[in-house]
This record gives sequence, structure tokens and C-alpha cells, in this order.
Amino acid sequence: MSSQTINFETIKEKALQIRINSLKMIHAAKSGHPGGSLSIADILATLYFGDHLKHNPKDPKAEDRDILVVSKGHSSPAVYSALGLAGFFNIEDTINFRKLGSPFQGHIDCVRVPGVEMSTGSLGHGLSNANGFAIAAKLDKTKRKVFAVLSDGELQEGQSWEAFMAAAHFQLNNLVVFIDRNRIQLDGFTETTMALNPLEDKLRAFNWNTEVIDGHSVEEINSALEKAYKAAESSDKPFAIIANTVKGKGVSFMEDQVSWHGVAPKDEDLEKALEELK
Amino acid sequence: MGAAIESSTEKIATRAAYGKTLLELGKENNDIVVLDADLSGSTQTKHFAKEFPERFFNMGIAEANMISTAAGLAKAGKIPFASSFAMFATGRAWEQVRNSVAHNHANVKICATHSGLTVGEDGASHQIIEDIALMKAIPGMTVIVPADSVETEQVIRTIAEYNGPVYVRLGRAAVPIIHDDSHKFEIGKANVLKEGTDATIVATGVMVSRALEAAQQAEAQGKSVEVINVASIKPLDTETIIKSANKTKKVITAEEHNIWGGLGDSVASAILENASEKVKFKRLGVNDLFGQSGKAEELLDHYDLTAEKLLSLAIS
Repeated sequence: MSSQTINFETIKEKALQIRINSLKMIHAAKSGHPGGSLSIADILATLYFGDHLKHNPKDPKAEDRDILVVSKGHSSPAVYSALGLAGFFNIEDTINFRKLGSPFQGHIDCVRVPGVEMSTGSLGHGLSNANGFAIAAKLDKTKRKVFAVLSDGELQEGQSWEAFMAAAHFQLNNLVVFIDRNRIQLDGFTETTMALNPLEDKLRAFNWNTEVIDGHSVEEINSALEKAYKAAESSDKPFAIIANTVKGKGVSFMEDQVSWHGVAPKDEDLEKALEELK
Repeated sequence: MGAAIESSTEKIATRAAYGKTLLELGKENNDIVVLDADLSGSTQTKHFAKEFPERFFNMGIAEANMISTAAGLAKAGKIPFASSFAMFATGRAWEQVRNSVAHNHANVKICATHSGLTVGEDGASHQIIEDIALMKAIPGMTVIVPADSVETEQVIRTIAEYNGPVYVRLGRAAVPIIHDDSHKFEIGKANVLKEGTDATIVATGVMVSRALEAAQQAEAQGKSVEVINVASIKPLDTETIIKSANKTKKVITAEEHNIWGGLGDSVASAILENASEKVKFKRLGVNDLFGQSGKAEELLDHYDLTAEKLLSLAIS
């Protein structure tokens, strides 16, 4: 879809709703990961509501759908919120997040939740999973696009690099990967815990096409995706979008704070956060 | 029964039967894809690779990525067979088998070769004696150890039709053919290869032929030993095992695996929970030791995994 016909205001509104619902879920569960959910809200909103990720809530396994693997399974609140907004289930039900008997597990679960393609949570698996989907799409000669969202911290897992190597080797130009470069992991900043930079150089050395963007600009996310599709017409390389993001984006007291990686907001925190997100 | 009690002189490695069957299946089913981690010559997936290069993926020496990629392929509707040495497919990539494959209910067939001591000269680093334990502990995982080439062919054909994650333990060394064409493998079913009344040997993999030898030797001494081949370690055919245990009141398990976590532990649990008779019980396996270099047969003998040992345990 060309940029002219995309309603960026709608995408921004959906991103806001993803943020609000994510925080409500984590607050109700009294546990979860707000930081990394808020950092990918704009990416998910653009994929689902910018007409990039072909999906069908009435037939979640439709053969002509595209595939999204979210490798950072702890960002489950954002994923469930996006799927709820897209109509895969009643978004109100997500308030039972992390409760016994609820389908909305702490880390995303494809067996229990329609629209989730792979259960993840153990970091470093998702790109390999996405490669599998992309290889299958090539074998079947379909137009299916495969997307993956990876965290930056999980790139410290060696398996991630096995997967980067393999995607380039198998020329998976039907694969577009977002790296949620929020620069923070559980113990601190990535560059002090285990440095990832120069990240773009590394990906290019692994034979990937790359693009670095502001991961909170839905316009830039959209343009990067358009660029990736265009690249696939003349290049065999897979495409990585390094999305510079802010952990906890949208809530002033959570932004860039290591402490908000995996802690639930208390009543007063939620109230303040929702006020800011209005 | 379908078991040739007379020991056959013909020997074929289970990995060879795997490679041959996989090639045949490739011709019959376009959804079958094969992944290997730089060992296709050894695992015998090379035959499939040669015939169907577009459906064969050499993942390089990167087993974790291979297993998780297979999970993605399965979720996209393919039937992936992923092969490497058992050490790496189940040991190096255990967490990928657990989280990418089993937790996702992904229809991946992990067919790993070079299991156990009979890897031979490569020594302990490659002789996995823990893989049955590793795989059977994963919820929903089916674990199968074929005893010979006839059974291997049936196992591979069966699991290609079955929807769910499966681990198949295959060997490097040539092993005697003990089954004839009347043998029928089923997931969750054990096979009584020889009936007896004085003791039962419950064996799996390379130890099945040695169990049959022991039963033959026992007969010469006037003792009647029942032999059960358990290819389907999980699910376990508790009914067949308990029926035999209640009859002979003496059970010996035999496996080329650590005594901790293998077939013996599964059978012990089944007997404790279900047997109505008091049953004497003994596990024969690798006694919590690492292996070493040597010829396959020499190693089995060295670690006491012999027909003679089984005989003495059965008739003592």
C-alpha cells in the first residue's frame, strides 16, 4: 500500500490503545514487562493497522495470511493488545493476563491465543522460527511475507547469529526483521552489560540489508517497510530494520528506566501513566 | 510375533535404514523437508539431499538454529525431519527442542544418529547416554528407539504420518536384523519377541538382539526367559510390561543408556505403580560412567552390556 492511502492518525491511535491496554493488563496481573511492550507499540500498530501484515481474525490460520513472529515473548501485553484491537478476540478478556486458566500467558502462546504464530519467551529462538516460515513460503512459491520482531538484548544469544547467518545464506528476501533497539535489558544498558554496537555493521557483515529508523515514528516505520519490499525485488538479502526506540515510551517516568523492564505499575503509577497517555 | 530367534548374520545400521526410508518418503510426500547440521554423510540424510536438493537444508554446524528453524517449517505446514548426532540434536539443542518444538506442539521429527556407546572410536564426547532421559522428560514428546533396520523403516514411516514432535534414537554401528516382515511397530506398543515364564528381559535398541541371545542361552539351561522389545519408550506400553512382570515375577531392563533416566527407570515406575505381584527387578545399562574410545562391540562388552550378563541376571 502506498503511503498516500495510509491513515497514520489511525495507526497512532491504535499504538496509544496498545500502550494503555498493556499497562492495564500488567497492573491487573501485578507482574509483567511494561518497558518492552511500550517500545514496540508503534511497530505492532503499523504492521497490523497500516496494511502491512495480512491477517484475518475470522480465520487466523488463513493460507494467504502473512506471518509475524514476536521473538521477545515477554512483550506479550503489547502483542495481545494488538491482536485484540485487530479483532482476534475480545480485548476485554486480556485483563486476565497471567492468571491461572487464562489463555493470556506471561509469554506469548500460540497454542492458546489465536493470531499468535509462535510461542516464544526463551530469547533467541524467534528469528530461527521466522526463517522456517520464510523457507516454507519460498518452497511453496507464495507471496507470503514473514516479519519478526526481536529485542536488542536477545541478540546476545548466539542462536540469533546462527539465524542471521542462515537467513542470508538461504536468501530469505521475503523476511523483514525489526530490532527493537531500546538499549536496555534487565540488568542495565546493553552497551554496559554486553555491547552490541556496531550493530548495523554486524548485520551488514552478515549479508543483510539494513535500515535505521526512529522506531516511534509510524511514518518512518512505514517507509522502512516499503523500502524492504522494494529491496526484495532486486536483492536476495533479508532486510533488518533497526528501530531506535525508548524503553517505556509514552510514560515519562518509565522512559529509559532499567527498573521498568519487568515491574508492574502500582495503582498510583497506572493512574499517572494513563493520564499521560490520554 | 515376527522375531527371528535364530540370530541372523545380516547386519544393517539403523541410520542406514533411516536414510533409505527417508528417500522413499521424499518421493511419496512433497511436504517432507530435511534439515541437517553438516553431518548428512554420517546421518544418511545425504540420499534425500541428493534426490531432493530443494527440500534439503544444510544448516551448518548450528544445531540450535536447525531445531528452531524446523519448528517454524512445521508451523508453516511442512513435515521437517531434523538430523544430527544424538549428542548435539538432544544435548546441544535441548532447550530448542523443549521450547521451539514441544511447547509449540510443532510437528518436528528429530531423528538423531550415533547414539550411545556404539559410536565407537570417537569416544565419550560423542557417546550420548543421556538422550532418552533428556527427551522423555519433555511434555508431549514421543521417544522411540528402533532395534533393527526392519523396525527403523516402520518407525520412520509411522512418525511421518503421526502429527506431533518425535525423537528417534538411531545408531552408527551395524546391528543384527531380528525382525521379519511380519513385525508391526506401533507408537505406544511393546512387542513380545519371545514368550517365557521364569524371567522377563525388557530391552531397547541394540540390546534387543543381546536379550534374544540371552534367552536362547537360558533355554539351553532349561530356563524360560521372555523378551520384550520396547521401541516406544514414551508412550510406554505399561499393559504388556505389567502382564509379563506379573507372570514371571522377575524383570531385567537392558539399554545402551545411563541407568539413570532411561528405559529402566520408566519400567521400574510402571511396575511399582501397577504390578499386582511382587516383582524382582534389575536395570542393566551404563552404570553412570562416561564411555571411551573403542570398537562398538568391544565397548558394549567392556561396560557389561552383554548377553552373558543378562543371562546371569535372568537365571540367578
